[in-house]
Amino acid sequence: MHATSIDLTLLDPILEEFKEQKGAVIPILQRAQDVYGYLPKEVLSTISKKTKVPISRLYGVVTFYSQFNLERQGRHIVRVCDGTACHVRGAPQLIEDIGNALNLKPGSSDPDYKYTLEIVYCLGSCGLAPVVVVDDVVYGKVKSEDIIEKLNELD
Amino acid sequence: MPILKNSEDLISLRASAQEKRQKDRASEATIFIGMGTCGIAAGASEVADAIRKELDERNLDTKVVNVGCIGICVKEPLVDIKLPGKARVTYHHVKPKMIPKIIEDHLLNGKVVKRWALAQISDENDTPVEGVITYQEHPFYSKQIRIALRNCGIIDPESIEEYIAADGYLALNKVLSETDSEDVIEEMKDSGLRGRGGAGFLTGLKWEFCMRARGYPKYVICNADEGDPGAFMDRSILEGDPHAVIEGMIIASYAIGAPEGYIYCRAEYPLAIKRLKKAIAQAHEYGLLGDNILGSDFSFDLKVKEGAGAFVCGEETALIASIEGKRGEPRPRPPYPAVSGLWGKPTNVNNVKSFAITPQIMLKGADWFSSIGTSGSTGTAVFALTGNIENTGLIEVPMGITLREIIYDVGEGIPNKKNFKAVQTGGPLGGCLPTASLDTPVDFDSLTKAGATMGSGGMIVVDQDTCMVELARYFLTFASAESCGKCVPCRIGGQRLLEILTRITEGHGKMEDLDEIEYISKYMREDSLCALGQLTPGPVMASLRFFRDEYEAHIKEHFCPAGVCQGMFTYTIDEDNCIGCGLCMKACPQNAISGEKKQPHTIDQNLCIQCGACYQACKTNVIDITRLQETTSAQAA
Repeated sequence: MHATSIDLTLLDPILEEFKEQKGAVIPILQRAQDVYGYLPKEVLSTISKKTKVPISRLYGVVTFYSQFNLERQGRHIVRVCDGTACHVRGAPQLIEDIGNALNLKPGSSDPDYKYTLEIVYCLGSCGLAPVVVVDDVVYGKVKSEDIIEKLNELD
Repeated sequence: MPILKNSEDLISLRASAQEKRQKDRASEATIFIGMGTCGIAAGASEVADAIRKELDERNLDTKVVNVGCIGICVKEPLVDIKLPGKARVTYHHVKPKMIPKIIEDHLLNGKVVKRWALAQISDENDTPVEGVITYQEHPFYSKQIRIALRNCGIIDPESIEEYIAADGYLALNKVLSETDSEDVIEEMKDSGLRGRGGAGFLTGLKWEFCMRARGYPKYVICNADEGDPGAFMDRSILEGDPHAVIEGMIIASYAIGAPEGYIYCRAEYPLAIKRLKKAIAQAHEYGLLGDNILGSDFSFDLKVKEGAGAFVCGEETALIASIEGKRGEPRPRPPYPAVSGLWGKPTNVNNVKSFAITPQIMLKGADWFSSIGTSGSTGTAVFALTGNIENTGLIEVPMGITLREIIYDVGEGIPNKKNFKAVQTGGPLGGCLPTASLDTPVDFDSLTKAGATMGSGGMIVVDQDTCMVELARYFLTFASAESCGKCVPCRIGGQRLLEILTRITEGHGKMEDLDEIEYISKYMREDSLCALGQLTPGPVMASLRFFRDEYEAHIKEHFCPAGVCQGMFTYTIDEDNCIGCGLCMKACPQNAISGEKKQPHTIDQNLCIQCGACYQACKTNVIDITRLQETTSAQAA
């Protein structure tokens, strides 16, 4: 989706739903990100105008929480857990292997926006460490070669 | 109109729900599938599909119930078969291909597949199964007392009637009909329950402060922002028994006089959020939330707020800022939230576990609760037992149990014949304890005295192959990345500590660095605004105290005794004991290892890049590490 093709009317139902609620900035941003995949400038400025929350404050909130993205994400989000349990069970090697296989640094997307690679801290499935989440599907006791094969199979 | 208009309605619903449960158990077979996040990650969805397919093919309409996590994550996926009038038998490590046999033998012919069975649960009306141990006999469960986790993995978390049948909302009913706010607070104070979020403040006293504070409306908040890496106690409770948390919150709000509450749950727990929202909707429908609960004049409303990914939001003032839609930055206390919290009004914040325990205290009494545990720390402690340990999972043990009992009895020790090195409690803000501290009783005060903290319940066991310096560096990477940046000691101190630790793990450390670590840590502890900054130096201070020799080995000898920090040593295979299994050869990224199958292997030192992959892969423990310096001097000689 290019910046000029952003359909801002998609925001209307979200803004309407949270209209009367105090402190609803974060849920509004979360829902907007669900719609657009990230938070482009046009979306933030529309939210700012409608909610009368200064865009500077919105920007402050967006950059504070790790969930929000100001940049476009890949079609497949690969989250490798580097929480303590995963860390002591081989997550660093896993991150390196996946990064090499996809030719990506953690926190970045490839030029075709196929994959985004992220490091996260703890998904609460420590009994199955190390854990990788691909598009909300959780894989436990992951081995590098298996997960790389799964990633390569994605379209 | 709500389904339950008054106290009598609840009592009669409970009776009919129990009767129905009893009848179902006596007349129909049920299959239970452990569908917590952990179960799903281990493949429970595929198993569920296989079960449905098998039932369809055989034209069976057996009831299938999805339950939460029973705690023993290492054995997932778990499937239970319950035949009418017979004990419920749990199968472990279930794979789709095992389903036809389990259904054929057990479900249809009543013959338990003993070699796949883990344990059985039975109540008084069930006939036990011979040849399968009970949960109480399983080492993982034999020392546990389950209060906060009592329903997890047992009942269907999406059914309010199952919760009611298991004495759910009975405590609320008792509180509303028999007690006033002061009684509830007295009972909570007498129980000695200390906040399970980690700080260990007396819960009843916290409620009293908020109850006595001036201002209206008041708020009750449940802190479910479980950000500690390696901890999943709260997730399991929310997924496995959401109504217990809701009931605890209603009781707290009745005691405090709060008409409104929030559950602040991290967005990384989508299943917990889904189950909570469903449970809240059910509670509304049944008249247990909303106006005039159970016909009383007490009203309470509850909402779920999703976090957006910030560890610091587990700190109560930061959490409150986040609910208000702001950056989740902490502020100085006092004023405490009990006086001025959400929107400047009196607010009470408790952890998920504290709320989940509350109904049981109200139902069974303060004396019952305080008879469990120690005098200073009553009741039970919930831990997520993880890391290099045989039985990973969720446990609830009486306070006062020793670390040794948890690790060697409940956890059944360290896998792959490796040795125990340390146990980290309290997550990235806690501390580690060495072998010498294994007999420390687990309670708030003893753990603090020993040099660690209770924390909210993460317990990570590490073996001989974990470098304590690298582990401390890892915790600092996490804590400094999560520093909100508001106060200087935390923002800059964390960075400086991380730089020093990184330098040491790379072999460029100096002995003065150790003094510098202590100096920075002291000021971070004293001067940081919130617990995040104050406790960030915890892990490095604890490991420096107990594992100073490892720090000195890195600095003086450029050697990592655990063989983790790269480029400090050479690897050789002990050819007398190598069994030639080939695991190291497979793990080596350089193809530097050669050898015939079942013959001793060797490492070509010219190709080896000292990555340590072979060392980690070896199951027989025959790869030796030698210091690079020694090797070079030996070669020179």
